[in-house]
Amino acid sequence: MHVEQISIFIENKSGRLAEVTRILGDAGVNIRALSLADTSDFGILRLIVNDREKAKAVLKEKGFTVSKTDVVAVEVPDRPGGLSLILQTLDGENINVEYMYAFVERCGENAVIIFRFDETDRAIKSLLDKGFNVLEGERLYGM
Amino acid sequence: MRAMMFNEEFETLPRQALEALQLKRLQSMLERVYANVPFYRTAFDRAGIRPDDVRSLQDLQRLPFTTKQNMRDSYPYGLFAAPMEEIVRIHASSGTTGKPTVVGYTQKDIETWTELMARTFVTAGAHKGDIIHNAYGYGLFTGGLGAHYGAERLGASVIPISGGNTKRQIMIMQDFGSTVLTCTPSYALFMAEEAKIEGVDFRNLKLRVGIFGAEPWSEAMRVEIEEKLNLTALDIYGLSEIMGPGVAQECYVAKSGLHIWEDHFIPEIIDPETCQVVPEGTKGELVITTITKQGIPLVRYRTRDITSITYEPCACGRTHARLARLSGRSDDMIIIRGVNVFPSQIESILVGIEGVEPHYLLIVDRQDNLDTLEVHVEVDERLFSDEIKVLQALSRSIEKEIKDMLGVTSRVKLVEPKTIQRSEGKATRVIDKRKLV
Ligand SMILES: [Zn+2]
Repeated sequence: MHVEQISIFIENKSGRLAEVTRILGDAGVNIRALSLADTSDFGILRLIVNDREKAKAVLKEKGFTVSKTDVVAVEVPDRPGGLSLILQTLDGENINVEYMYAFVERCGENAVIIFRFDETDRAIKSLLDKGFNVLEGERLYGM
Repeated sequence: MRAMMFNEEFETLPRQALEALQLKRLQSMLERVYANVPFYRTAFDRAGIRPDDVRSLQDLQRLPFTTKQNMRDSYPYGLFAAPMEEIVRIHASSGTTGKPTVVGYTQKDIETWTELMARTFVTAGAHKGDIIHNAYGYGLFTGGLGAHYGAERLGASVIPISGGNTKRQIMIMQDFGSTVLTCTPSYALFMAEEAKIEGVDFRNLKLRVGIFGAEPWSEAMRVEIEEKLNLTALDIYGLSEIMGPGVAQECYVAKSGLHIWEDHFIPEIIDPETCQVVPEGTKGELVITTITKQGIPLVRYRTRDITSITYEPCACGRTHARLARLSGRSDDMIIIRGVNVFPSQIESILVGIEGVEPHYLLIVDRQDNLDTLEVHVEVDERLFSDEIKVLQALSRSIEKEIKDMLGVTSRVKLVEPKTIQRSEGKATRVIDKRKLV
């Protein structure tokens, strides 16, 4: 149920983001989802890609600091307040969301949200118990 | 039991005998420079002192200083005390600004240097049979040849590899079975990084001792070098104006301070502002008088290096005074809002924080008439987090540590790995933009 995300440290200067996407593009790696969190000095680029190992290898070779993080992909019910239901569930269980971002593709009719939790396994269990659809990594990488 | 020594008689001379020898040699050197070097004749006359007025070591304090500027003004041979036909070697220091400083050695000077460098190797625990990988630069710089002659005198096998071509250095250390490494401490760490990339593990090498110098380094850096290169890392001190490498060396027995060869050099520590000699153990600028040199003897040369001195007996049995680990140069010292800061102090703080490589850059600027300090620190995998708040907490903890330790407010900026300039010689650690205005 875990989805593997790669995170990249980038300095906040022009061209760095383009550099990362160019390196991945040249290596034939497809970006499935992307989120950039930044401060005035630096940013953290978070990616879901089709080939994690290759992405990591080519970026490291170019001198980037790269790490892998386990995140969770959840399908959001296609009705008003769908996301709110998920967040309420987590809140009720005292599980913290470190960050979240939307997946580019939809899963059927529904949107997919990527979550990073402080307690990944407990979060997955709670969501499944409440009947939410948690997506397998393999399904996401190839979407 | 006493440690092994190269010249036990002189290295263990009782204090009284050592000082008597120093005074005799000092007096004879002063006579020589007064007679042969117009610069010193004028300087002594102006200070109203003649060589025979110097009757005790205490009288040394009445003599004028010699500075690097005096050497530049006498470029190239103005301070030589021996005629050119007796000079067998010429070295020069890199002149970052203007002309280099030039030094000349007579045959006897080379012999002295060779002996002191051999003493230095033994003090570090090297011996006949060692394979010495000498990565100090050969050429005008004194490091390479100085260490080379000493290593040969010791009877060790010396590999005159010089600096540069790190891949080849690593291959040779591996294949030739080098047991002793001599280079700058920053180059040692650079080699460790390269070896990692090449997939070479220092634990499989025969290196036992590293003799590192030519730039100030910290105790924290020693821990890192010893761990990464799997050897005992010792501090060496020298400067071309005085002789070259081998002026002082840390003994492996005590690993606590560098023995300065007092039968050839008289050290003093002064306050760089007032120029007065400070008490034993107090930090200040190192001043050295060479008492046996013939080519270019120097009287009270201001090294600009910051250290302190102790005459406490050492566990190794040597009687020669010890210099504390050098903590920067009086001209590297940056004054930030009135606080004296040495780059090495910031380095110790950084190495103490898990995951931070000692690759950093200090940028000093002035905004609205206030000095600012920005510290660039490289983020590697050990410290990277995919959460902004974790990285921000790291920056803040470094800022707090700098504030607590040095009393200076700074701004830490995290930068991508390998973006701060690496060098195979001395590292650039400070950019002072205030000086550019
Ligand atoms: Zn000792």
